[in-house]
Amino acid sequence: MYAIRTANLTKKYKDIIAVDQLNLQVKKGELFSLLGVNGAGKTTTIKMLSCLTQPTSGDAFLNGKSICKDIAAVKSLIAVSPQETAVVPGLSVRENLELMCGVHGFTKEKQKAKIAELTELLGLEAVIKKKAGKLSGGWQRRLSIAMALISEPKILFLDEPTLGLDVLARSDLWDLIRSLKGKVTIILTTHYMEEAEALSDRIAIMKDGKLLICDTADKIKARAGTDDFEQAFIHIVKGVAK
Amino acid sequence: MRMLAFANKNTKEILRDPLTLFFGLGFPLVLILLLSAIQANIPVELFEIQHLTPGITVFGLAFMTLFSATIIAKDRGSSLLQRLYTTPLTPMDYILGYTLPIIPISVAQCVICYIAAIFLGLDITVNILYAVLFIIPVSILYIALGLLCGSVLNDKQVGGICGALLTNLSAWLSGVWFDLDLVGGAFKKIAYALPFVHAVEMERAVLAGDFTGIFPHLWWVIGYATVLLVLAVLLFLRQMKKQ
Repeated sequence: MYAIRTANLTKKYKDIIAVDQLNLQVKKGELFSLLGVNGAGKTTTIKMLSCLTQPTSGDAFLNGKSICKDIAAVKSLIAVSPQETAVVPGLSVRENLELMCGVHGFTKEKQKAKIAELTELLGLEAVIKKKAGKLSGGWQRRLSIAMALISEPKILFLDEPTLGLDVLARSDLWDLIRSLKGKVTIILTTHYMEEAEALSDRIAIMKDGKLLICDTADKIKARAGTDDFEQAFIHIVKGVAK
Repeated sequence: MRMLAFANKNTKEILRDPLTLFFGLGFPLVLILLLSAIQANIPVELFEIQHLTPGITVFGLAFMTLFSATIIAKDRGSSLLQRLYTTPLTPMDYILGYTLPIIPISVAQCVICYIAAIFLGLDITVNILYAVLFIIPVSILYIALGLLCGSVLNDKQVGGICGALLTNLSAWLSGVWFDLDLVGGAFKKIAYALPFVHAVEMERAVLAGDFTGIFPHLWWVIGYATVLLVLAVLLFLRQMKKQ
């Protein structure tokens, strides 16, 4: 069984087709990247897969559960780290983590254990008592991912997780994402080609809501006839690749 | 219990904002002291402490509208709600989670006003306890108005509309600052078609021990609170679907 399987997944907004008959499969434990220029349909795809918006037609199945019919079951499988850092600035790092434990209905014991585990995994010890709003962008992203991991999701959506971060913060976050590979299925959207190439098992490139290609970075480069992934992306999106 | 975790977050956010403490708890106190000082020099029946205090306790709730609207609008603007929408929280959890933390703050504000009023000469009677009790449906009315505004406006718009416009409108149309008979006509009719003056007259009746005088004002308050709460839920669900 695939972690994610979409079947003609489509989203229309009035006369605009944001996602057009999308068919793709993501294996369990895979790190799968969605690439595309602005308006390609990446965020809309993630919103549909995370039950934030209903598809106009088609369906998608997460661990076999339909995003149209089994919303509660799908929500129990997933977690999202949105594009903007979705933390509560007025609460401390610990309180942000406690909030997520609370909304997932954890007992006090489980809450304590989970916070200790994630604090260690994400290296949050140094900032655990600090207000989230006082943290740097890199630390806020870390906290955002920790909040997403609280529920022990089977599928984690990371929407442009390194957007706006400096080189060091991005490198740290890449290490963190690598450390999660295999433990959880990760769907990553990004505008950074090198990020997708360095982290992903497979990459899907979208344009105008359509899936252009879905393969490993090496095969995409071979298909485009270039050794440079960014050039390959440009060739494919501009329709140059055969 | 999931709802309580969300409500706890909202409580902390509200209480950690120093402006909340000033406007929510301090400002009504300042008004009571100031207007009582004016009353001591130029006696006006409207500003006698037994008339003034119920009015101020209702007027102070306008800030609860601001708090509830601001907190929703900020959560919507920060993508926090987008994250939470993917959790098992239900729409009712959100509405209760935003509403419940503000009720104790409203009650605390009311109690502080009455303690100040006692020092300024208000007779201590059991009716004060009833007046504090009856402030709860009024606070739900004001909180629901905030939930409604916060579901459709961004945090900057909330500041202008709830912080300035609504605070003033609810004051002018409540009969706290001037007798509505002085203006009369359409102004008075509009005021009595809205809930603010009914809330004030209900509280005045309760404090005076005139329990038949509570009606029909209580029905106006409960009616408006119910309608606004239902509208707030619908608008909140609409923006939830828009995500």
